[in-house]
Amino acid sequence: MSDQTFLRVQDLTKSFGATQVVKGVSFAFSKGEFISLLGPSGCGKTTILRMIAGFETPTSGTIEVDGKDITGLKPNQRRLGMVFQAYALFPNLNVGDNIGFGLKVAGVPREERRARVEEMLRLIGLPGYEKRYPYEMSGGQQQRVALARAIAPRPRLLLLDEPLSALDAKIRVSLREEIRSIQRELGITTVFVTHDQEEALSISDRVVVMNAGNIEQLGTPHEIYNRPATRFAATFVGHLNTLPPALFGPDTAIRPELISLSPRPDTDRTITGTVTDIRFLGSVLRLRVDVEDTSLNIDTFNGHAAGAPQQGDTVTLHLASRDVLNLGPQS
Amino acid sequence: MTDIPASSRPQRRFSLEWLGVAPFIVFAVMFLILPTLYLVGAAFVGRDGSLTFDNITGLFTDQILAAYWISIRISGASAILGAIFGLAIALAIIRGRLPDGLRSAVMTFSGVASNFAGVPLAFAFISTLGRLGLVTIILKTVFDIDIYRAGFNILSFWGLTLTYLYFQIPLMILMIAPAIDGLKKEWSEASQTLGATPLQFWRYVGFPILWPSFLGTLSLLFANAFGAIATAYALTGSSLNIVPILLYAQIRGDALQNPGLGAALALGMIVITAFANIIYLVISARAERWMR
Amino acid sequence: MRPNKFWAWLVFGLGAAYFLVPLIATFEFSLKMRRGYYSFDSYASVFSDPAFQATFLYSTLIGVLAIVVGILVVVPAVYFVRLRLPGLRPLMEFMTLLPLIIPAIVLVYGYIRLYNSSSIIPFTGSALGTDILLTCAYVTLALPYMYRAVDTGMRAIDIKTLTEAAQIMGASTARIIATVILPNILVAVLSGAFLTFAIVIGEFTITSLLNRPGFGPYLQIVGANRAYEPSALAIISFIITWGAMGMIQLLARFAPRTSARTD
Repeated sequence: MSDQTFLRVQDLTKSFGATQVVKGVSFAFSKGEFISLLGPSGCGKTTILRMIAGFETPTSGTIEVDGKDITGLKPNQRRLGMVFQAYALFPNLNVGDNIGFGLKVAGVPREERRARVEEMLRLIGLPGYEKRYPYEMSGGQQQRVALARAIAPRPRLLLLDEPLSALDAKIRVSLREEIRSIQRELGITTVFVTHDQEEALSISDRVVVMNAGNIEQLGTPHEIYNRPATRFAATFVGHLNTLPPALFGPDTAIRPELISLSPRPDTDRTITGTVTDIRFLGSVLRLRVDVEDTSLNIDTFNGHAAGAPQQGDTVTLHLASRDVLNLGPQS
Repeated sequence: MTDIPASSRPQRRFSLEWLGVAPFIVFAVMFLILPTLYLVGAAFVGRDGSLTFDNITGLFTDQILAAYWISIRISGASAILGAIFGLAIALAIIRGRLPDGLRSAVMTFSGVASNFAGVPLAFAFISTLGRLGLVTIILKTVFDIDIYRAGFNILSFWGLTLTYLYFQIPLMILMIAPAIDGLKKEWSEASQTLGATPLQFWRYVGFPILWPSFLGTLSLLFANAFGAIATAYALTGSSLNIVPILLYAQIRGDALQNPGLGAALALGMIVITAFANIIYLVISARAERWMR
Repeated sequence: MRPNKFWAWLVFGLGAAYFLVPLIATFEFSLKMRRGYYSFDSYASVFSDPAFQATFLYSTLIGVLAIVVGILVVVPAVYFVRLRLPGLRPLMEFMTLLPLIIPAIVLVYGYIRLYNSSSIIPFTGSALGTDILLTCAYVTLALPYMYRAVDTGMRAIDIKTLTEAAQIMGASTARIIATVILPNILVAVLSGAFLTFAIVIGEFTITSLLNRPGFGPYLQIVGANRAYEPSALAIISFIITWGAMGMIQLLARFAPRTSARTD
């Protein structure tokens, strides 16, 4: 990854009538980065993606790719690749013609197209599928073909609009890994829109957390999870335990995995509470412990060893003060 | 499939559902199937009551063949033109980014217009393009164009075709609209991100996808025109000898010295319209397959 | 996409012209009965014509009859096929396709040959018999539309659950259809009814070949003999058809639907 800015979005706003959906968003990314736009429905992430693609015109603001302002260009002039949630493969064309479509409309001669299509099919793990039709394939396969189709014309930027949301859970996990490894191999700058925070955190270089048209936080997955900058970022990503105000002050919280039933070298505080619920989740036991009328969720491994706490037991919980997150009004 | 508790008497319930369907079946048999089969059979019965192909061969006279040929030409012309113009209008209101209300207005109007055939339609076109029609007069007085002197006549093949378009175009619009709706927005967006111009999209993706529905509806339009008689009767009378008019004359004249021939005429019509409809059904079924 | 919109407007404009100009021309023509200036004389002439009143009344009555018979024939059939006899569905669909394949003129020819005075069921032997035959012919013409309307209406409500709920409360099947199903598909049925009416009021071929005093043949006779009245009749006809279709559109907004869908 070079540190030259490749994609820059400046003060981007979008209003639909009286509603402002994107409220002055700016960010810049380097070539080859994999960025996720993460947020709940309606936060504006898809609108931003569509503005980069050219399907929506910004109300104000600019978009630059590789130093050039593309805000005024038509979608078919921007040399981007896009993958849609609903695959959007052309149903009347077979896999080979779908993948070769961008090359065909650019006038690339047939032999060269054929070679490139073959190369793409090998890249996505579907060699020999040229003659198949979309309706003959599973969702996961179709999405891989859609990816191949988007990158065959060697776009400068790859845009993915919730590409995994329509797929089964298991495929979602394997396909996102595949997307990431293909992206790494080819080095294409990629913008990935999703509402699934696990997806975003697991494969991105950096994540833009959005809410109601604004950026809540921009950072690496590690930063977002461990050092959330706003209350929204803290609660949207990962689980959070609100801590009892009487013991820790108002608006404090901590990640569940940072509380343990036994002391650790870094823990410096203890609290006592009563176990009110135990849930068996396979490899993990999730306990609900009431402390000063606040409920905390604690995960502990399903150890074959000594007494797992029973319902009604009093337990001592250990945590480190530096892990306590302050969600109050920022200073 | 049904799991209604077996506590009630199955026997009585069994006959009840057949009783409910019976009127429909009886009705269909009496008023659809039997008459048609009767005519099909009668086409092969000679004057003396024996089985014969004479009636069928009797169709191959100059006059009758000419009638079939003219019917085919009118149905074909109005179907092709109706299909093309109907497609154009449907595309305009659905994908042309025209104001929202326009689409539902056109669809409603199409629903009405596709039923507005027959005698009133003929009157309407005579009032418009007849010798004393409004448009004819306006063209003559304002633009100094005398269409009748130029050879146009509403009471002619092309006049009838023009009139037929009034219900053919709306029928096309109604039938092709769902297919156009089926052109997902993502397809044209995807094609744009891949660098295609709108023309390229239509050429490689849009029209190929619409083609089966277009062809199928064309068939339907053909069958629709082939069986139509009221409009033709009111407009061109018996000057344009299309098959339905020929048949009408046979029936009316009641000079059925040759009932077998009448039946053969009818059989010929059924074969042609059935053929066109089968094409429509087959093509539609094949198009469904893609859209999974 | 500026060029796109231009072509769209152009096509729409040409289409609108093609469809509206004849209506305007017809209306204009219908106002010219009195020399020199516009008047509604032709309409007055039409409405006061006893033949108009008689044939319109006749067609309306037969139309209503056709609607009733259509409902009685179609509704139970659709109900039972959906509920208990799904295997019959393809057959039903085929039979409702037939009236679209077999032209009306062929059908009526078949009726005349099959049901003439010397056959087992001599419909055409008497005026009443012919009226019955005519009614059935109209029902047949409207069958595809009535079937589709009722089928769509029943699909939108969960007849299986409604039926079971009513059965548990002790209702007989006939009662269920009449008091539970029918009111819920009333909107769909009315759609079919209006369409039947539109078809009946304008029908010419069958009515004239069966020699019945319907509105269609009346239109044709007036067209052959009078100058301005035909245009007035065309406008009246169009308004009636429009009115019927408009009602269908309106009704479509009030169609009931239960949240559970069986298919």
